[in-house]
Amino acid sequence: MDLFEYQGKQYFSQFGIPVSPGGAADTVDEAVAVADKAGYPVVVKAQVKVGGRGKAGGIKLADNADEVRLHAGNILGMDIKGHIVHHLWIERSSDIKKEYYASFTLDRPNKTHLGMLSAEGGVEIEEVAARNPDAISMISIDPVRGLDLETARRWVVEANLDEVAREQAAVLLVQLYECYTKGDCDLAEINPLILTTEDKVHALDAKVTLDENASFRHPEWEAFRATETEDPREKMAKEKGLNYIGLDGTVGIIANGAGLAMSTLDVVNQVGGTAANFLDIGGGANADVMAAAMEVINSDPKVKAIFVNIFGGITRVDEVAKGVLEALSRVNISAPIVLRLDGTNAVEGRAILADHLNDRLITEPTMLDAARRAVGLANA
Amino acid sequence: MSIFVDENTKVIVQGLTGGQGRFHGLRNRDYGTKIVGGVTPGKGGTDVDGIPVFNSVKEAVEATGATASFVSVPPKFAAAAILEAAEGGITFIVCITEGIPAHDEAVTYNRLVEEFPGVRLLGPNCPGIISPGKCNIGITSGDIALAGGPVGIVSRSGTLTYQALHELSQQGIGQTTCVGIGGDPVPGTNFIDCLAAFEADPETKAVMMIGEIGGSEEERAAEWIKANMTKPVVSYIAGVTAPPGRKMGHAGAIISGSKGTAQAKMDALAEAGVHVCLNPTEAGEKMVEIVKGL
Repeated sequence: MDLFEYQGKQYFSQFGIPVSPGGAADTVDEAVAVADKAGYPVVVKAQVKVGGRGKAGGIKLADNADEVRLHAGNILGMDIKGHIVHHLWIERSSDIKKEYYASFTLDRPNKTHLGMLSAEGGVEIEEVAARNPDAISMISIDPVRGLDLETARRWVVEANLDEVAREQAAVLLVQLYECYTKGDCDLAEINPLILTTEDKVHALDAKVTLDENASFRHPEWEAFRATETEDPREKMAKEKGLNYIGLDGTVGIIANGAGLAMSTLDVVNQVGGTAANFLDIGGGANADVMAAAMEVINSDPKVKAIFVNIFGGITRVDEVAKGVLEALSRVNISAPIVLRLDGTNAVEGRAILADHLNDRLITEPTMLDAARRAVGLANA
Repeated sequence: MSIFVDENTKVIVQGLTGGQGRFHGLRNRDYGTKIVGGVTPGKGGTDVDGIPVFNSVKEAVEATGATASFVSVPPKFAAAAILEAAEGGITFIVCITEGIPAHDEAVTYNRLVEEFPGVRLLGPNCPGIISPGKCNIGITSGDIALAGGPVGIVSRSGTLTYQALHELSQQGIGQTTCVGIGGDPVPGTNFIDCLAAFEADPETKAVMMIGEIGGSEEERAAEWIKANMTKPVVSYIAGVTAPPGRKMGHAGAIISGSKGTAQAKMDALAEAGVHVCLNPTEAGEKMVEIVKGL
């Protein structure tokens, strides 16, 4: 789950990472109230989960309440690369002397954590990385040992941070690492991390991605979840515990396992069709989950045929078959269904469906046969 | 021969008294796997369909001589269960648990490497391993595998592992061992570990490798194959049509930039001399052709 900047900054604050005084606002009046409290001049920042908002006019400086009113009014409702602005973050403007970059992510090939630090941060960081990779100092951190202050002190020297910033930056990096690990982030990034004209180091932006697998130990993430805006199909699927991604085609897809679901998309494409979605019912799905999956697919008017591709492992095919029948009894499924069922309890599953097969509920022996049948029905 | 597990491997199931542990543990036993015990804290002294349950891995190992463990416990407890297995003397750990936090996986992997260098972890979030006719640990349906070799299978995706087994068995082509390494961010065993084991196994004559978008494991495997592999390899990479930038289920299956795309992986593998196929069926047919020509 990606956080908005303001949520990321709130998260950072819990770990002691310094950010500018400010607050979130959803209306012009709220924006003025927050600005009055933070003290002028302030920066009014659009909250969208996409880069390039500054260039799009989503970040404005305001010297007084009238200017806040003007900018907040313009930015709220703005469309930035398809993301509509519903929230603002207002903070006291900082006098910037230097812009740095800092982040932590998982280094998958090395199975360690990767810390990146640069004295050349700011909006052009990706260009810096491409043009002069040496300007980014990378360290590999053993997840068992973690990052200590001594290592961080050596790192800020290595990265050529200004001398006056080094101790503050080292402390902040340890805090950011704590936020990344204890806070269960997939990514914790600050760009820019600034040195102010008063020689203070703090986070001017926050990019945080949380690892949803760790939700069980973070009840506080509920508040972040409430602001997630999604495709209505995706929202409905998530409420039912399904892994769904909406696409633009006409063949609705239900599979178990991400790999098989992706492969199903590939095969549908190869035989001349287009997938309406990616839907992985996960491992061990029962009849209820399967029925919910059918309902989600059914809510998509573009779907002309449904391809259910199940290879039972931890998922039992008999449960899937029961789910299909349950869905058919609960709702009027508008598209014909083509099933391919193999694996754990496949014989039992096929037996459950045997008496119900007709030209709207079809089984095919192989994945390729089923794909051809479903695509044929969708394109008919 | 088979790799990692065979007919002599003694296995305990951590979480045998839970729903999934019981269902799959008993299926593994029915397949012929030597399931010698279960572990559930507080339930020591009881049994599951005649399989004795112990309070700790250490007790189970002492009583049964088990060397392998099948970890089937909820994500919250999985990292601790894996470490308990290593501490208890288990040397081959299969963890099927889906949804373990990435940071737990990173710490667990590195603790195993540092403190228990002789221990191999398979998974987490994997279907397990099957050496057909000998040993099946995990959630793979045993009836889709065919004993006798000569093909080794290694796969990053659970259900595609079954698909690969099915494609070969249907054509009468057997398998030495089929390993599902799982698609999580920090897998205990990777493609190269399995490719090296298959290369060293005299009964394995060819290898099928199933990958998917995201990460760079397939590219690294391609480099390894180019430098070391003498046996033919057939591969299929899932996710050619996946839209970029979207997370498709596995934490692993994310595309960022051009790196990690199915096309980049297929190009790297083709460059390494691998037979790259466009869907599981085509991969099965290609393998049949190779095996017939051996």
